[in-house]
Amino acid sequence: MKTPTGIHSLSMLLLLGVGLALFSCGQQGSSSQGGALADDVASQVYVAPGEYDEFYGFFSGGFSGQLSVYGLPSGRLLKVIPVFSVDGEKGYGFNEETKPMLQTSHGFVPWDDAHHPELSQTDGETDGRWVFINGNNTPRIARIDLTTFETAEIIEIPNSGGNHSSPFTTQNTEYVVAGTRFGVPYPQKDVAIDSYAENFKGMLTFIKVGPEGQMDIAFQVLLPAFDYDLAHSGKGASHGWTFFTSYNTEEKNTLLEVNASQNDKDFIAAVNWKKAEEYIQQGKFQEVPARYAHNVYSDKNHTATSEMKDKVKVLLPSECPGLVYFLPTPKSPHGVDVDPTGEYIVGNGKLSADLTVHSFSKMLKAIEAKAYDTEIAGIPVLKFEEVVAGIVKEPGLGPLHTEFDGRGHAYTTFFISSEIVKWKLGTWEVVDRVPCYYSVGHLMIPGGDSQKPEGKYMVAMNKITKDRYLPTGPELNHSAQLYDISGDKMKLLLDFPTVGEPHYAQGISASRVMPNSKKFYPIEENEHPYRAMGEKDARVERSGNIVHVYMTTIRSHFAPDNIEGIKVGDKVYFHVTNLEQDWDVPHGLAVMGANNAELLVMPGQTETLLWEPKREGVFPFYCTDFCSALHQEMQGYIRVSGQGSDIALKWGLGEPEPEQ
Amino acid sequence: MKQLPRVLMILAAASLMMLFVFPMWRITLIAPQYPDGVNMYIWINKIGGDSPGTLQNVNILNHYVGMKFIEPDAIPELQYFPYVIMGLAVLALLAAAINKRQFFLAWAILFFVLAAAGVYDFYLWEYDYGHNLSPNAPIKIPGASFQPPLFGTKVILNFIAKSFPHTGGYFAGLSALLAVAAWWLKSKMKKNETQQASSGDRAAKPGFLHTVA
Repeated sequence: MKTPTGIHSLSMLLLLGVGLALFSCGQQGSSSQGGALADDVASQVYVAPGEYDEFYGFFSGGFSGQLSVYGLPSGRLLKVIPVFSVDGEKGYGFNEETKPMLQTSHGFVPWDDAHHPELSQTDGETDGRWVFINGNNTPRIARIDLTTFETAEIIEIPNSGGNHSSPFTTQNTEYVVAGTRFGVPYPQKDVAIDSYAENFKGMLTFIKVGPEGQMDIAFQVLLPAFDYDLAHSGKGASHGWTFFTSYNTEEKNTLLEVNASQNDKDFIAAVNWKKAEEYIQQGKFQEVPARYAHNVYSDKNHTATSEMKDKVKVLLPSECPGLVYFLPTPKSPHGVDVDPTGEYIVGNGKLSADLTVHSFSKMLKAIEAKAYDTEIAGIPVLKFEEVVAGIVKEPGLGPLHTEFDGRGHAYTTFFISSEIVKWKLGTWEVVDRVPCYYSVGHLMIPGGDSQKPEGKYMVAMNKITKDRYLPTGPELNHSAQLYDISGDKMKLLLDFPTVGEPHYAQGISASRVMPNSKKFYPIEENEHPYRAMGEKDARVERSGNIVHVYMTTIRSHFAPDNIEGIKVGDKVYFHVTNLEQDWDVPHGLAVMGANNAELLVMPGQTETLLWEPKREGVFPFYCTDFCSALHQEMQGYIRVSGQGSDIALKWGLGEPEPEQ
Repeated sequence: MKQLPRVLMILAAASLMMLFVFPMWRITLIAPQYPDGVNMYIWINKIGGDSPGTLQNVNILNHYVGMKFIEPDAIPELQYFPYVIMGLAVLALLAAAINKRQFFLAWAILFFVLAAAGVYDFYLWEYDYGHNLSPNAPIKIPGASFQPPLFGTKVILNFIAKSFPHTGGYFAGLSALLAVAAWWLKSKMKKNETQQASSGDRAAKPGFLHTVA
């Protein structure tokens, strides 16, 4: 501190800190909570410079449409992966190669609302191969490859509106699932909105995941037009089943906050997907027309392709007995979470005073005994008392989501009372509670929705930030808190802001991901049709008003860096191949007046920027990523002549060699 | 036991051939932004690195100060050194066939002469790369040379450069030691034979006398 004023503010802060610590101590009335200084909480989240975090955390971006990667326990932001939204920073959705990734049956959709990341699993354990994430608005599921940390695939979900209960995987990533949060006419058609109960349906979708991760819609299950909110697949004993919560079982289409909150119990739909596979085998499906895009990015030609699919297999529960059962669950259950053994199915009834837990084994018995209350559209509704395992009595207000630590405890978030409550599976007793800042939505324990949780840390993702950080005007980043859950009592360690609105997150031991992380793309494997494999390949070609610039980058120049003979009205494609073969040496390309974005080309990769000059002149272009000591010199010019001009196409790099 | 020197010579030839299996020298460049270091491997017939891009990465670094690009195709030694080594190995086998200690010694001396010439040649290349700088270099540092060390560690601008023999080099050294050992053993055996022969004469004499007597 240079000035007495500085010392003064520092001591004020310290005093304030002590005051707060005392305040929180008094409020919690716990002698073990001695405040940050006494417990040395800081050292638990301190990752020394140059050291690595123990866990990767993948946080959905919510309305940012992206996926953020954090290190835990430090809370350091490692990367933001563009998924459903265009990203000028990386040229995602702007360069020619990635535009097809955002194609849908509605055309190019440059934004979405990304809610739930889900790591791939093998034997019920996170395996670090891929992260799946749902796009809510224009229903989609994306797969992110964890060798490159790039979006590798996006598949659109037909017959859906609001893909919220998605993409929750099965224990060997046989499937990821989708479910429509908004009932929509099936098939989509022009009908009166108030014909909801008659014309609208709710579709659940099972997407098969291949050995290389490739997604393919295996089948859809047609259900009544409830709002399918969240899902989780069974595991262990309940492997083969997937559970979806629903609200609006009233099937209303207006003022849902009142109209969809009337029933005492809504349903968890239990879908037996192994049974569904049998029905598909037996041909008991309807093949119906459907338009949906399937977009795949290749690391070989560094280009995405978009294919429009035209049909899908639909199973009707009324024709497929044993496929779907409804478990009555009080009141508008939000999250549905299956404990690591697969026996307990927690229905987080968000408007209920209690927390309902169903038993998978009781469910099987009830099915066998045909203990039905009624049937809806051919789907048996099981008797509540025949399936319920236990009730956590008055744990808090507004339960939303539950995760597990693998030691017999469950942790449930309560939105309204803004806290996380720890309770015991089997005895249903509350053992601890901690406040969240503020109004927590999802929570995440690494592996906390798998069969093998790594129950060391827990992260709360909050919906309201208010005064947690220095104010930044009306709009604030959301806040997250990290807790130590290794002991009997949950302990707050860290508070950090997050990008967009993280709904759900996934965490995984760094050791399962880090060894597979790619450093660069081998140039000899580059199969891009417009690649330039060296400066000898650098050239400019014209065909009509289309100009292809085969350009290379290497520290610290473009080849070519002077281009003439371009005309107003041309479409100029800069195909930039980064010849570098070293880790962390991207080169960028920015061209003055470009109507899209920059390129950011990784070593060994080729990317394409479309530039359409509208006026005559000489325009500079340059490298945007500070690549070397001579980065500022990495620049060039492109000359644009009038449409009728006869300036010949010419390009070059450096002065011509003097005649010997 | 009697065949041991021969076997050693054959082993010397085999050990020499390891130059085609392992690199003989390694130059490592260390700087903070290269946490894994940049490893350049000099083989008898090529120059390589940890990855196919290593040489390119070294050349990119070198071009700032105007050093020439390292282009293995432009280094004739990489073309003919393999034949020299193969010839040397054949000579070792020939020496083993002839099985005379003078040949073992001659081979070892030839090896040392060629090795010295090779190391000197290496030094000349290093000198050339380190001193023969382009007048158009973006970064010019008056009086500085960028010659990597022949053997040992040296600070070159922001890098620590380390230059040491690698597996192939150690095998080549072993090859020379084996030849020297073969010569020494053979010499010792020869001496013993002579001694035995003379003492044998003495021992035989009484018998002879006895027989005669």
